[in-house]
Amino acid sequence: MKATLSVFLAVAAPALTSMPAAAQASDPAIVRLADGKPDLNGVWQALGSAHYDVERHMARASLQLREGPHGPLADAPLLRFGAVGAVPGGMGVVEGGKIPYTPEAAAKREENRKNWLERDPEIKCYMPGVPRATYMPFPFQIFHNENSIFIAYEFAGATREIYLEDVGPPETDSWMGQSVGRWEGDTLVVDVTGLDDRTWLDRSGTHHSYKMRVVERYTPIGPNHIRYEATIEDPEVFTRPWKISLPLYRRIEEGARLMDFKCVEFVEELIYGEYRRKPLER
Amino acid sequence: MCGRLPIVFGLFSIAGAVLAGADIPRAADGRPDLSGTYDIATLTPLQRPAKFGGRLTLSAEEAAAIAQAEVEFMKKSDAASDPERGAPPAGGDGTTGGKGNVGGYNSLWYGRGTSAMKINGQWRTSILVDPPNGLLPPMTEAAQAKAAARAKLSRKNTGEAWWIEAGLDPGPYDDPEMRPLAERCLLGFGSTGGPPMLPVLYNNLKRIVQTEDHLMILVEMVHDARIVRMNAEHAPPDVRKWLGDSVGHWEGDTLVVDTTNFTDRPALANASRNLHVVERFSRIDADTLLYRFTVEDPTVWTAPWSGEYVWPASKQRVYEYACHEGNYSFRGVLAGARALEAEASGKTDP
Repeated sequence: MKATLSVFLAVAAPALTSMPAAAQASDPAIVRLADGKPDLNGVWQALGSAHYDVERHMARASLQLREGPHGPLADAPLLRFGAVGAVPGGMGVVEGGKIPYTPEAAAKREENRKNWLERDPEIKCYMPGVPRATYMPFPFQIFHNENSIFIAYEFAGATREIYLEDVGPPETDSWMGQSVGRWEGDTLVVDVTGLDDRTWLDRSGTHHSYKMRVVERYTPIGPNHIRYEATIEDPEVFTRPWKISLPLYRRIEEGARLMDFKCVEFVEELIYGEYRRKPLER
Repeated sequence: MCGRLPIVFGLFSIAGAVLAGADIPRAADGRPDLSGTYDIATLTPLQRPAKFGGRLTLSAEEAAAIAQAEVEFMKKSDAASDPERGAPPAGGDGTTGGKGNVGGYNSLWYGRGTSAMKINGQWRTSILVDPPNGLLPPMTEAAQAKAAARAKLSRKNTGEAWWIEAGLDPGPYDDPEMRPLAERCLLGFGSTGGPPMLPVLYNNLKRIVQTEDHLMILVEMVHDARIVRMNAEHAPPDVRKWLGDSVGHWEGDTLVVDTTNFTDRPALANASRNLHVVERFSRIDADTLLYRFTVEDPTVWTAPWSGEYVWPASKQRVYEYACHEGNYSFRGVLAGARALEAEASGKTDP
C-alpha cells in the first residue's frame, strides 16, 4: 500500500506541486516537504524555565526548600549546590499562570515539592513523558517524511512515534504514551494518551493520573521556529482542561545533533549503590 | 568483499531510478525509501553450525526441518505444566525450563523467528558469509586473553557465592559497573542495536524513518534510536558513543553507513573501541530489505568479517521497552549476591 503511494508521489511529483499551492502561499517562509506539509525535520529545543516550573514563578533558592529563620532556604541535601541549585524565575508557560488543580491534587503537588529529591522521575533517569520531554533542557530531533513522524529526545534516549493513522486506543500505558497525529492546515495536532501516571510535568511536582490526555499542536512560524501548544485534561487531577504554550527553536549551529545522554549509568550509584559489595561513602 | 556476493543491485542508476525502479518505494528525492518496520528475527544463526560443513546454503528440506524443530520446541515449551509439581530446587535443576534456570526466560518471551533465512530464493546456513567457512576469524592473542578473563567472571547459578571460593577480587557481582550492559539497561543484549545489528532471542523489531539528510533506526530493545547523519563527517575521536557515530552516503541504490567512535564496550561481543562497522542497506522489493555488514577491529579479530541477511517488513508496531524504569531484577542481582556472600561467611542477615 505504502509502496504504491510512494511511487505514485515520486512519479507524479511534477504534477502534484501545484496541489499544495494554497498552503504554500500562506507562508513562504515555512520549509515544506514534497507533499506540501510543513517540514518538521531538525534538531529543536525549548528555552526558558518551564522545565523547572511550568507555572509563573519567581526565582527561589532551591527545588526543595526548608524553613529558615527568616524564610525558605535550600533543603540540607541541596545546600552545596549554592546558586547552581537555585531555580530561575519565569513568566510561566501555563495560560493564565496557574494550573487548575483540584484541592487534593494541589496538596499532592506541595508534597511532591517537599520530597522532590525522592520523587522526581527525572532524577532517576526515567523517560520524561509528554509534554515534559518537549521543554527539558535538552534538544530533540524530529524525523519527518511523507509517511512518518518520529521524535528522538536526547534526555534518557527517549523516543516516540507519532502515528499518522488510527491505531485505536493504547493497548497499555507507557512512559512516552501513544501519539496519534493529524494535520490541520499547517499545524500538526498530536493526541497523546496512555501516559504512565509516574511521569511529572516539571521539577516542581506537577503531576497527573493515568487519565491524562495531552493534545499537542506543532505550528511552524518560520524556518527556525515552531509554536508548541499543549492542552492538558485529566478529570482526576484538574478541574478543567488547561493549556501551555511556548516556542521551540531550531538548533541552527553547524553540525547540530543529539549527543548521547544515557543517564542510566549516571544514576546507578544513586539507585543501586547501597548494594555494592563495598558501598561508597554517601 | 560484499561486492562478490551474488546479489543483483545497483542495476538502476539514480537518474533513471524514479521510473525504472517502480517495484520499490522511493522517496521524493528518487532514492529508495528504506522507511518501514522490520522484524529481523531468523533461525539462521550468525555463525555456521559445524554440521553444514563449508556450505553457505540449506536445501529446502533442511530449511523445513529447522522450521519444524522450532514448532516442536515451542509446542513442548508451551504445554501445560503439571499442577501437582513441587517447587524448583534452590538454584534451579540445571535445565533451561521453568524449574531450571531460576529467573531465566520461558518460551513466552521467545520471538526468534519461525524459519531460516532466505536471500533471493536461497536458504542460508549462517548470516556470516566471509570468511567463506561462515565462522568468525580467529581473535588476536590479546583479545583471546581478555575473553578468557571475562569468562572466569561468569558461571552457572549454583545458589552459592562461588566467586569467594574462586578467589575473585573484585567479584563479578561487586558493583553495577561490572555487570553486562543489558542487565544494566544501557544497551540491549546480543548486538541487537549493534552495529552490526544482529537478531536476538526476542524484540527483534527495527523501525526506520528515512529523510533526505538522516536515517533513523529505532532498535526495539532499550528504545535506542540510531541516528545516521547523511554525507557528514565523523565526530572528533574524543566523542565516543554507545552505538558508535554513524554517517551515511548513497552508492547507487545502496545506503552505506560507516560507524566508528565506539565506547570501550560496544554492543558486539568482544569488540573494542577500535571497532569499525560498514553497513549496506538496500531494497530487494517493497517488503524486504537486504542488510549487509562488514566488521573490522584489528585489535580483536585477525581479519575483517562480513555477513548479510534479509529484513522482512512487519505490520507490528514497536511498543515502548522501558528497561531501566522497570529494572527491578538488577537490584535483585546485586542484593542477591550480597545475601549469598553473607551466607558464605556465616552471617545470614546481610
